[in-house]
Amino acid sequence: MEKFTTHTGRAVPLRRSNVDTDQIIPAHWLKKVTRSGFEDGLFEAWRKDESFVLNLPERKGATVLVAGPEFGTGSSREHAVWALQNYGFQAVISSRFADIFRGNSLKNGLLTVVLPQETVEQLWALTEADPTAEVTVDLEAREVRAEGVTAPFELDDNVRWRLLNGLDDISITLQNEADVAAFEAKRPSYKPRTQPVA
Amino acid sequence: MGRTLAEKVWDDHVVRRAEGEPDLLYIDLHLLHEVTSPQAFDGLRLAGRPVRRTDLTIATEDHNTPTLDIDKPIADPVSRVQLETLRKNAEEFGVRIHSLGDVEQGVVHVVGPQLGLTQPGMTVVCGDSHTSTHGAFGALAFGIGTSQVEHVLATQTLPLAPFKTMAITVEGELPEGVTAKDLILAVITKIGTGGGQGYVLEYRGSAIRSLSMEARMTICNMSIEAGARAGMIAPDRTTFDYLQGRPHAPQGEDWDAAVAYWETLATDEDAVFDAEVFIDAAELTPFVTWGTNPGQGAPLGANVPNPEDFADPQERTAAENALKYMGLEAGTPLREVKVDAVFVGSCTNGRIEDLRAAAAILDGRQIAEGVRMLVVPGSVRVALQAVEEGLDKVFTAAGAEWRHAGCSMCLGMNPDQLAPGERCASTSNRNFEGRQGKGGRTHLVSPQVAAATALVGRLAAPADLSDNVAVEV
Repeated sequence: MEKFTTHTGRAVPLRRSNVDTDQIIPAHWLKKVTRSGFEDGLFEAWRKDESFVLNLPERKGATVLVAGPEFGTGSSREHAVWALQNYGFQAVISSRFADIFRGNSLKNGLLTVVLPQETVEQLWALTEADPTAEVTVDLEAREVRAEGVTAPFELDDNVRWRLLNGLDDISITLQNEADVAAFEAKRPSYKPRTQPVA
Repeated sequence: MGRTLAEKVWDDHVVRRAEGEPDLLYIDLHLLHEVTSPQAFDGLRLAGRPVRRTDLTIATEDHNTPTLDIDKPIADPVSRVQLETLRKNAEEFGVRIHSLGDVEQGVVHVVGPQLGLTQPGMTVVCGDSHTSTHGAFGALAFGIGTSQVEHVLATQTLPLAPFKTMAITVEGELPEGVTAKDLILAVITKIGTGGGQGYVLEYRGSAIRSLSMEARMTICNMSIEAGARAGMIAPDRTTFDYLQGRPHAPQGEDWDAAVAYWETLATDEDAVFDAEVFIDAAELTPFVTWGTNPGQGAPLGANVPNPEDFADPQERTAAENALKYMGLEAGTPLREVKVDAVFVGSCTNGRIEDLRAAAAILDGRQIAEGVRMLVVPGSVRVALQAVEEGLDKVFTAAGAEWRHAGCSMCLGMNPDQLAPGERCASTSNRNFEGRQGKGGRTHLVSPQVAAATALVGRLAAPADLSDNVAVEV
């Protein structure tokens, strides 16, 4: 995983609530067997509309998505995170994220930041009025900054440490392999196994 | 202080607990399918890691599989590659797989329970959000992303953030014609698509206890649509009876030991939930969705809502967008909404009871002209059972199409899709924009409402049917 420390970039204000992962990346894109090449599928249906915010020339190259509440609901597809990253987003700000999407994002180094809806509204107003306005997402200081906005955010210490250092979860767990083996030695015999039975 | 069902299962799976770290939980069963696993297996290959417990892992093909001509090569080359990738990965890493054409193939959440692999008190994961289905057995079951799939393959564990508990208590008797699907749709509308966020839901109360395992699976399946981590129901005699004798259920002394353990899992009387919701079963009626998320639902007897009636500005905008996408006018009675297609199937409502319920309504009747109806069993085993009972003949005689097992029209990954603008009454779980095909419009319903709707050609409940003739509005 790439390290995330701090990022500054222009923003895309997405004034929609309940943006589900089927909208972020439609199912037919999920047939790919790689983690890359999903950028053209990002918000595919909405991008057919020329006036959709992502299509506006002034949003080209923006790297921070500021979205409405309940972002990332629905399907567990991690492809939604890959699509946002493949497109160039480094951080997503919303007042509420769906759990699975949030977990997926933080495992891939896409920083999802929870801010109060009123701060989201402030960021929408700012970046709609001035598309060149930059937003800084500072993980070290746990703070989002933009003109007229300084907003602290919370993130679990352990998750933050992993992101700041770009650590691989599996390697960390395997350091505790002895604990796993000890647990396995005590599992009851009635627990099912998947080998075919006669 | 007493503990809840979810807390007991969690505590019994903690491999490692340390200050400042998330608990590391052991995973008893890992289900795989073709869509969310290829990148995980690639990760293992890159790191030179094996699958730690192939004996706790099982794969099936479901999302991409066609439901017609399954003896022919898969027409879509990209789908074919994805299925072939799963087969290659299963072979290379030694994972049991049930491919298209195999008698145990089917939707992953139908296959696990019917094999008896899903049992009370287990932790069950799958790279699929509807893994919450397995909570019907009193298992802690949840959907995970591909990075976590790789983590479980490599370590059989997951580091997990703590959860909160919510009791959803449903007391009383469900009225005639009201099903588990109506109940869960009503719950989601009540608490919202984010209402369960961070919570494990426990469904309790006399109405839940009287439900069959199939109905309990329908309820737990859609917990994710309320944003919940998982949904659970305490195991009881209904659960044990369903499991006993299934291929992977414990036998002999193991069975007795297992039941003794399972009986300890129910939430203690003095346990405290972080949140509680109460529902009076008697007040429920057939429920349908009108919008583009599962929280946008209403009783079938209601009208399409007016966005202006929503106080919350976000909800108002969402309702406006939804009505525009759905092609609906505020104030239209839901019973007047005409459909082009009806889909019975999916991990929500593709089990034998669901097919029986739909068949009972269609028996001896004809679906409305111009309506296309697909009936797709959740697994090959379900299909075989349905054929044995003659249900397939009932469906085809009524004018419906009887298909092979798979996810089918629940999501647009296989040939079964809506055309742009087509409207469907669907027993599946998501009414998102484009979910059933680009531009398709979805109303989530129970199997009973699906069947009645197919007969009338408009959203309808079985009670709207008079004998053999569909009632005219």
